Amino acid sequence: MRYLPLNDADRAAMLETIGATSVDALFGDVPAEARLAGPVPGLPDHASEMAVERHMARLSAQSVAAGSVPFFLGAGAYRHHVPASVDHLIQRGEFLTAYTPYQPEIAQGTLQVLFEFQTQVARLFGTDVANASLYDGSTACWEAITMAGRITRRKKAVFSGGLHPHYVETARTMARFTGDVLDTRLPELVAASDDDAVIAAIDGDTSCVVVQYPDILGRIPDLAKIASAAQAQGALLIAVVTEPVALGLIESPGTLGADIVVGEGQSIGVGLQFGGPYLGLFGCREKFVRQMPGRLCGETVDADGKRGFVLTLSTREQHIRREKATSNICTNSGLCALAFSVHMTLLGGTGLERMARASHNRAVKAARRLAQVPGVAVVNGRWFNEFAVTLPRDARAVVRELAERGVLGGVSLGRLYPGVDALANGLLVATTECTTEDDIEALAQALKGVLA
Amino acid sequence: MNAVNASGWRPEMGEGSVESGIVTTTGNRGLQLEEALIFEIGSLAHCGVDFDEGDGEVLDGLPLRAAPVDLPGLSEPETVRHYTRLSRQNYAIDLGLFPLGSCTMKHNPRLDEKIARMPGFADVHPLQPVQTVQGALKVIDELAQWLITLTGMHGVAMTPKAGAHGELCGLLCIRAALEARGDPRAVILVPESAHGTNPATAAFAGYRVENIPATADGRVDLAALTARLGPDVAGVMITNPNTCGLFERDMKAIADAVHAAGGFVYCDGANFNAIVGRVRPGDLGVDAMHINLHKTFSTPHGGGGPGSGPVVLSEALAPFAPLPFTARQADGSIHLIEEENAGEDHPNSFGRMSAFHGQMGMFTRALAYILSHGADGLRQVSGDAVLNANYLLRSLEDVLDAPFGAAGPCMHEALFSDAGFAKGFSTLDLAKGLIDEGFHPMTVYFPLVVHGAMLVEPTETESKAGLDQFIAAMRSLAERARAGDPLLKSAPHLAPRRRLDETLAARKPKLVWPKLV
Repeated sequence: MRYLPLNDADRAAMLETIGATSVDALFGDVPAEARLAGPVPGLPDHASEMAVERHMARLSAQSVAAGSVPFFLGAGAYRHHVPASVDHLIQRGEFLTAYTPYQPEIAQGTLQVLFEFQTQVARLFGTDVANASLYDGSTACWEAITMAGRITRRKKAVFSGGLHPHYVETARTMARFTGDVLDTRLPELVAASDDDAVIAAIDGDTSCVVVQYPDILGRIPDLAKIASAAQAQGALLIAVVTEPVALGLIESPGTLGADIVVGEGQSIGVGLQFGGPYLGLFGCREKFVRQMPGRLCGETVDADGKRGFVLTLSTREQHIRREKATSNICTNSGLCALAFSVHMTLLGGTGLERMARASHNRAVKAARRLAQVPGVAVVNGRWFNEFAVTLPRDARAVVRELAERGVLGGVSLGRLYPGVDALANGLLVATTECTTEDDIEALAQALKGVLA
Repeated sequence: MNAVNASGWRPEMGEGSVESGIVTTTGNRGLQLEEALIFEIGSLAHCGVDFDEGDGEVLDGLPLRAAPVDLPGLSEPETVRHYTRLSRQNYAIDLGLFPLGSCTMKHNPRLDEKIARMPGFADVHPLQPVQTVQGALKVIDELAQWLITLTGMHGVAMTPKAGAHGELCGLLCIRAALEARGDPRAVILVPESAHGTNPATAAFAGYRVENIPATADGRVDLAALTARLGPDVAGVMITNPNTCGLFERDMKAIADAVHAAGGFVYCDGANFNAIVGRVRPGDLGVDAMHINLHKTFSTPHGGGGPGSGPVVLSEALAPFAPLPFTARQADGSIHLIEEENAGEDHPNSFGRMSAFHGQMGMFTRALAYILSHGADGLRQVSGDAVLNANYLLRSLEDVLDAPFGAAGPCMHEALFSDAGFAKGFSTLDLAKGLIDEGFHPMTVYFPLVVHGAMLVEPTETESKAGLDQFIAAMRSLAERARAGDPLLKSAPHLAPRRRLDETLAARKPKLVWPKLV
């Protein structure tokens, strides 16, 4: 077995040192009836590298890769270009095969990256501070809601209808068990987001208001207005960013008054990967830092006075506080945070703005072109790189038929909101800097054909 | 100074080469290179990405930024150098033994990296039509079948994103099952030696946590546990093998007692590597167990993640598993069960735990690892992991106190205490000494039930020669700790940094680089 260095002579010598007769004898504490005499029945034996690669390549070929067709899916996961150097650097063994930096003297590489990452996220979000990552946007969103509950000592969260339905479902699952009250609403296929309905729902029991920016239909809510309405009632505004590239063009949520900003960092450096692993981003005001979930890296000095970095404020965390911790999270998304940070370093603020403008520009062109297809109407009044259109019939079937014509044309709202008739004809269309004019034309033609 | 140690290889060293006293202008020391922060070397004027176009029309009415985000950029060569230099300040499995107990830091095969990047897995969107992602879904389904068979369980929830998320999944299944039978219960029992995530997860899931003591031999006190069972106890969370590196011999009796009292058994599977291919937790009465793919099945730890924590489930809990999941059809195609069709196919699910389908990038790597080993290789994995740990235990117990060493073999990790160290010398000092010897320290001060605990998990991917070198270093360090060597007290001396001031970091937290105003 190519991954196991011991040979039989080694094993014999080691057993002699131990004073055991066989490896099996070391498992004597396992009750005899639970000990298998040989390999687990019903499973194949080991395979060569060639054989495994062949098998997996065959499976890979049974999926349609996004890069192989005109591609317009978004809804919380975006296909941006990832520079080759990002994937090279995250495969440096010293990053890839290290673990949580518990021993800072020999983990300064990871720790400095985390400090830089935290600063990048805080500046992107317009928050004072940010943590060293959570699992993904949806779990970060729930963590923010529980944190707001600890800060305000209230239990009610008001959700905009523009929050990604998977994020809503994730929160709903948890709230069932924690007793939090979620005031949710569905999105409507109208030009503007539901800012006024959200503001009207805020009351003196409200812990937080959860608003996605841009929202699930790509509309852009007025965060400043919602923030002041929430704060007037002693509630916190949680802004959720599922497409962080947008912040290269539009104002940061923290700057507009959000108290906590969470997001999905997948767009920058990580890649689609069928939904995971992704990258939970979490920033907030400095005064809330001791209520934050997840690991934090901080600057300090070593015994010689040299600058260095350590994990800090760990008295919030499960390995110290156990059942009183701010979260149960341990392993986070370290390597995805590295990928994000490397990509963001390559971009800088200037490159991020170019990437955002290119993504936006394609979406403007795509919306104009699709609006010319008979039966298609653009819903949004304004958008960044994703917008909703209405079709003359159920968008789920249209998406499947587009796929048969070799176009991955978007995400149907029926897939996201099963059973909601008012949304069934809605289709989300997203673009990035990877989208070409030819792709847009291919989508328009295919849509025309499918709807004819 | 130049004698070759018992383990074999050691580089030739000239006398006095360790502390040359040379001061350099740059602060670099040969290949040990210092590196500034990107905020000190980058700027908005630098960019390492070219775009075909960056301008074009912007819609009216957008809340545009007044200026670009204040993020420093670097060109590609500067970026590559920045991160390559930083990488060299890290210890990693690729560099040597990383015996972090309970973390299972084993070799990460590079085949798995190659496979994870195949376009049918890496470049597919989670919401593509199901007929266009059959390859990705087949990976999930195939891995699920392996996990079910290896554990002898009934079903598996694949979506949890790490071990702690898996614990949450298991506890929510338990809660949903109890509520479904109209018997909500308030308490989860957790042994004192448990990982911190166990009580934190139980609290996160809305339970009250009560601790169960350990016996003198390092195992769960069956009598104390049985005495506490009752109609308010929803379940227990047991780590097996436990965090003292021992198999819970009474696991079946514990499970029987918990089941008789109407509760469920959650097993923390962090240490599954010790028994994989030899013992099926389903045979021991377990109702739910998470499997850290980043431990037992060797997906890279990545400096702190991502992980992946699928949860295998008993027949009683499987109906409550979260959405989405896959089901193989008669024609071999894979059906995806999510909100749209769960009403018919999976009506009792407790809901969704996160967006999308779980850690696909970890599934591909874990499946490649599992297929490479096969049933025979996985049995060898646990055998060699336990052999290596016992070899360390027996090679060190005459110089380090092994509190449970007399009771018999350990499993995949060996536990030592600081008993016998000179006054003022601690586990931390020995750990920092290991850094100077070129090793990553073991897990320290955990589990909490042993004073100055040192939990050493070598894993099966270490050679005997590598272990012998580690043993030689540990023996020397143990002698120095017992003798009270002041140089050990101030170790490490040879790492990129000396001991860091953690108190300062916590007292005046500086978590981000300040903006230039």
